[in-house]
Amino acid sequence: MDQTSESRPERGELILRLRDVSKQFGAVTALSDIELDIHAGEVVALVGDNGAGKSTLVKVLAGVHAPTSGSIEFMGKPVNLSGPGTALELGIATVFQDLALCENLDVVANLFLGHEVGPWALDEVAMEVRAWRLLKELAARIPSVREPVASLSGGQRQTVAIARSLLLDPKIIMLDEPTAALGVAQTAEVLNLIERVRDRGHGVILISHNMEDVRAVADRIVVLRLGRNNGEFTPASSHQDLVAAITGASENSVSRRAARKAQPAEV
Amino acid sequence: MTNLDTETNLDRADTRVRHDQGIAGAVRAFFDRVRSGDLGMLPVIVGLIVITLVFATLNPVFLLPNNLVNLLFDAAAVGLISLGVVCVLLLGEIDLSIGSMSGLASAITGVIWVNVGLPLPLAIAGAVAAGVLTGLVYGTLLNRFGMPSFVSTLSGLLALLGLQLYILGPTGSINLPFSSSLVRFGQVMVMPAWMSYLLALVPGLLIIASGLRTMRRRVHANLTPGSRSVLYLRAGLLTVALLGAAFYLNQGRGVPYMFGLFVLFVVAMDYALTRTQWGRSMFAVGGNREAARRSGIDVRRIRLSAFVLCSSFAALGGVFSAARLASSSQQAGAGDVNLNAIAAAVIGGTSLFGGRGSAWSALLGVLVIQAISNGLTLLNLSSSLRYMITGAVLAIAVIVDSLARQSRASHGRA
Repeated sequence: MDQTSESRPERGELILRLRDVSKQFGAVTALSDIELDIHAGEVVALVGDNGAGKSTLVKVLAGVHAPTSGSIEFMGKPVNLSGPGTALELGIATVFQDLALCENLDVVANLFLGHEVGPWALDEVAMEVRAWRLLKELAARIPSVREPVASLSGGQRQTVAIARSLLLDPKIIMLDEPTAALGVAQTAEVLNLIERVRDRGHGVILISHNMEDVRAVADRIVVLRLGRNNGEFTPASSHQDLVAAITGASENSVSRRAARKAQPAEV
Repeated sequence: MTNLDTETNLDRADTRVRHDQGIAGAVRAFFDRVRSGDLGMLPVIVGLIVITLVFATLNPVFLLPNNLVNLLFDAAAVGLISLGVVCVLLLGEIDLSIGSMSGLASAITGVIWVNVGLPLPLAIAGAVAAGVLTGLVYGTLLNRFGMPSFVSTLSGLLALLGLQLYILGPTGSINLPFSSSLVRFGQVMVMPAWMSYLLALVPGLLIIASGLRTMRRRVHANLTPGSRSVLYLRAGLLTVALLGAAFYLNQGRGVPYMFGLFVLFVVAMDYALTRTQWGRSMFAVGGNREAARRSGIDVRRIRLSAFVLCSSFAALGGVFSAARLASSSQQAGAGDVNLNAIAAAVIGGTSLFGGRGSAWSALLGVLVIQAISNGLTLLNLSSSLRYMITGAVLAIAVIVDSLARQSRASHGRA
């Protein structure tokens, strides 16, 4: 993170703008007419039930899937995210749910994968120093950066994956369920980290099922339902509204459960 | 090595980890690694010692300097082919047509050089160009059509063999002139003694020089520098071994240039695989292709480069074997060349499952394969027995690879 980008956008500037983005897998419509704006220095939480299209949207933005139709504008210019390399070059970094690390390589090699220092004569010392700095900044507990990733625990792998996404000083970082596999302290660290990243002027897209985490750090909450936009909320919005938007009705299993819990107390 | 730093080094902040230091530490780390299934070069070195002992007791000729010189002459061609196989194995792919490719390359060399009468370098370039082309075809078949390399190279095996027979024509064999530089290179040319000793000193000196430089930089960057005694010990042992080998071979005819050139290719390949971005990408694609792709690595280009390298090395190996046999014939590249080259890479410690291996496995593996073949020939055993024994050795090597892989998985190492 000690690498400074030559063109860091101003806080609040529109970085990413999606209009009418759709994605079809054969007969299945995973995304339809999605609209999404991401500004510099804000955390946008993307929430929705299973199958709402969150992961598909992330993969479209990461260049893993090409959208079937729609337009994506990055820094005011229409872009074609044809591959993961293009997305990375533009400054869209992604931490995938399945962390996508190479188990046979050590932590340093994984952090710098595809962006090694010195393509013709790898500078292992410089890379190791930068790796330790970065991990220290994230208050990460990694025993050794020279061990293969296969020997790390789930939380440690998550940390490595997040550290890797920050290495290139991206404009937008997307985190797909970053806290799902983490312990209490590590979750707090990741949330701290997300705020730190936002304060540095990056745009953050956070995908999570954990409403507590979402409310804790998000500036805006965008709800997807069955592949469509289904409302936008702030952390101040009521829990009921949010759940209603996610599940698609005010009368749903969550509200029924809440009502059932509430009843005995009134009697 | 004691560290007098008052503040902890960057890489020593975590107190839960045992940090081995000095020679005793290096030994302990080594045993830890082996026990968890990270065998590295160990099986092949043990194998080489066992084979040497067995054949030396059965027939004392085996250990005579001149026999070993012959062995090295024989090893260079298959070794080069094996070096290419390491590249495709690292990706978890395979090339089954390397034998045919080497045969075709030997035929091309003979036809262009002897039959057509063009200069030798042009003939060799033509052979290697055929290798490059073949590799491009395999890579494209995999990238564009998703054709498994197992199938594409199996059909390539037949197609290349057909092409070899076609260009050799009805006579089926071309003799290369004995007085030519190519044949002399493949049969008699050895280094002068002083040169072999000088070259034996180079690796040790390079290890010390680069090791000390890395140490200085690590100290400067507030990392633990590693042990100086371990560094000197490694370099010293290597230098003694190389000097001893050079001395012993010089009691006979000496160190073949052809083998020296092969080792040079191995060193270059080792550098490319371990010290360049391309090499890192090779290991990444072999370890987890999807992760490599998402890191922005161009997986298609890496695959293409591996197949091109493999076929090119096979072609060059074919030229070497033509030089060794002083002929381009229909038999070139047939029989056990294919199996020997793949077996050498696997025996040397390159995993068939991708993501693990080293250029050195081609060198060590081919020494094992050639030692077996040479020893069995000295015992006057027919090729039928030789095939069976080589097959068994390959099977054992793959079993060791599989077992080590399972052990690594249960010990939390990839």
